[in-house]
Amino acid sequence: MAKVKSLEELMKIKEKSLKDLQMRDTEKKGKIVVAMGTCGIAAGAKDTLQAIVRELADNKVDDMSVVQSGCMGLCEVEPTVEVHMEGQAPIIYGHVTPEQARRIVQQHILSGKVVSDLMVKKGEI
Amino acid sequence: MSATDKTSIASEAPAPRVEARAATNTILLCAGGACISSGEESCLQALRATLEKYALQDVVKVVETGCMGMCDAGPLMILYPEGVFYQKLKPSDMEQIVSEHLLKGRIVESKLFVDPSTKVKITSAYDDHPFFTKQVKIATRNMGVIDPMSIEEYIARDGYFALRKVLQEMTPEQVIDTLKKSGLRGRGGAGFPTGLKWELTRKVPGKEKFVLCNADEGDPGAFMDRSILEGDPHSVLEAMAIAGYAVGAQKGYVYIRAEYPLAIERLTEGIKQAKEYGLFGENIMGSGFSFDLEIRMGAGAFVCGEETALIESVEGKRGQPRVKPPFPAQKGVWNKPTLNNNVETYANIPPIILNGPEWFTRIGTEKSKGTKVFCLAGKIKNTGLVEVPIGITLREVVYDIGGGIPNNKSFKAVQTGGPSGGCIPAEHLDMPIDYETLKTIGTMMGSGGMVFMDEDTCMVDVAKFFLQFSVDESCGKCTPCREGNRVMYEILERITNGEGEEGDIERLETLGQSIIDSSLCGLGQTSPQPVLSTIRFFRDEYEAHIREKRCPAKVCRSLIRYHIDESKCVGCTACARVCPVAAISGSLRKPHRIDPEICTRCGSCIEVCRFGAISKITPI
Repeated sequence: MAKVKSLEELMKIKEKSLKDLQMRDTEKKGKIVVAMGTCGIAAGAKDTLQAIVRELADNKVDDMSVVQSGCMGLCEVEPTVEVHMEGQAPIIYGHVTPEQARRIVQQHILSGKVVSDLMVKKGEI
Repeated sequence: MSATDKTSIASEAPAPRVEARAATNTILLCAGGACISSGEESCLQALRATLEKYALQDVVKVVETGCMGMCDAGPLMILYPEGVFYQKLKPSDMEQIVSEHLLKGRIVESKLFVDPSTKVKITSAYDDHPFFTKQVKIATRNMGVIDPMSIEEYIARDGYFALRKVLQEMTPEQVIDTLKKSGLRGRGGAGFPTGLKWELTRKVPGKEKFVLCNADEGDPGAFMDRSILEGDPHSVLEAMAIAGYAVGAQKGYVYIRAEYPLAIERLTEGIKQAKEYGLFGENIMGSGFSFDLEIRMGAGAFVCGEETALIESVEGKRGQPRVKPPFPAQKGVWNKPTLNNNVETYANIPPIILNGPEWFTRIGTEKSKGTKVFCLAGKIKNTGLVEVPIGITLREVVYDIGGGIPNNKSFKAVQTGGPSGGCIPAEHLDMPIDYETLKTIGTMMGSGGMVFMDEDTCMVDVAKFFLQFSVDESCGKCTPCREGNRVMYEILERITNGEGEEGDIERLETLGQSIIDSSLCGLGQTSPQPVLSTIRFFRDEYEAHIREKRCPAKVCRSLIRYHIDESKCVGCTACARVCPVAAISGSLRKPHRIDPEICTRCGSCIEVCRFGAISKITPI
């Protein structure tokens, strides 16, 4: 990997990564972020993550990226899952069990309908 | 606020975002697929017609938006500037909304959106959920936003730009000056000015110096440092390199407890990635400055959070405090000048460098600048981690951010500062939370743990819990802490067992003060605080235990007994079946009885009784 030596080089990395982070101009149509802090994992985030990956695979969805993040603060509602479809405000869901995760994939990812009863927050944290 | 704005940290300070839209009224009507199918278009027509009827079409802007998310409650509308959220609209509702809300400024209660989880009516836009809006995220700016295992995402959020600025544009003196001007104080609890600490370390002569990060988070109910390291490890790494440059150190240690494996994993990966980019290690960004870091795992002794004990432990010795002076800035790790800061303190530094000290001083109070991360634990609805401007009132933290006390119970007190702090009772709910104010009522800011207690909590029992923690964790080096706390604990145990005597409270006060005056380290000097502070605010509870052998909160097992009200008991046998010690007797459809001699006061019977026939009685 090339070593960073100047502001310009740092800016280049920033610009490239920012596009991915904000879901702009990427080949994917969206991303799913599973919070994997200790609080999330203790509440079952690993099972949730597995369920999401499996449900996406079962439905042959290959244009969603699935990534992890840390605790966003509202540990009470862990496991939390953020669904960020390109061009839309991100939606954060709480108490996402594997079963609810499959529902989110079916309703939100496949049918474009927000699962309102699980929603904790709309918009950026 | 657009996504791009969000990445510049300056815009995350409380921004007048509602006012910006306030020039005229704006109505956002959800035109997502679901709302269209539930009648959005006819609502829009009716709205336009009604606006024209009242000649408002030129001052009220109507915008159709994409899906707002709560499709079940559609058609939906948000009315700005207030951000009032209306749901399940019909064309016939438009007349009322225009004439009542727009013309008279009265909210149409019957159409307000109801939060599905809290059943609370929302009078502002959904992303203004109070849990999030009252927060100002500086130290936790990236937590839950970026992938902690991706340095690129950290860079995307201005990561390592502060290190670049420091190495290529600033002298060490300028860095220290920036920190001093920012007013940043140590977030580990004591609140020592960070810039001054850096300056003291820089001024001590010596070729070899060290930078430490204290991640030995030990207070019960505190998990700020773990969450920051798990969610955003690079913010701490970047700040430690900046610290190394400023004080003249090439080597650092992160002292972290082995119970935090995930944080250790992410830190280790972070160091590796940063080195690959040349942002860590040898000759960082070609500046000639080198900085490397080692992770030292602690075995979980609370005392190792005390800086001199931490230094002993880093050196591989048993964690016991040293006598100060000399301070770590003079003689720290391997007797070399050492800078030691807490995780959260470090996480604040990159944004301060990038945005300037003036930006930071705009947040907080006169003497305490910036924000503080708190962990909400115990009897509070929204358990979790929040970052709020210093000076916010406790009431806002409890009721707005924390969502209040669960099960319709009332707030009794909150313990801040863990076993070194004290409690804040309900009468001080409107007190601003800052270093100085908390000290005036005998507690402290501490590292940020907040343990909430409701009316069912016995304050003598709470004091006993925290004191037991200090007894267990005392390193044993000095007598006041090792023996004094044990004696205090024995007195508390007597009191909660119903064997308290007149004079016990005074004995606790005298002994506590002696421990404060004569202990060696900061932890010993603060260990009696939970007892002294509960005596200060809840002396009547101590007196009830001692004089009346009564536990007002009905917690202390020796002072309560369980009783079945025979007029309410239907003899369903549920309690008898669940009792683990067979203390309950009685036959089917006949009132049952509890034998207090056998009963262990476990409370299982109360939980299963569906008739409210079982209660706790104190005194026995």
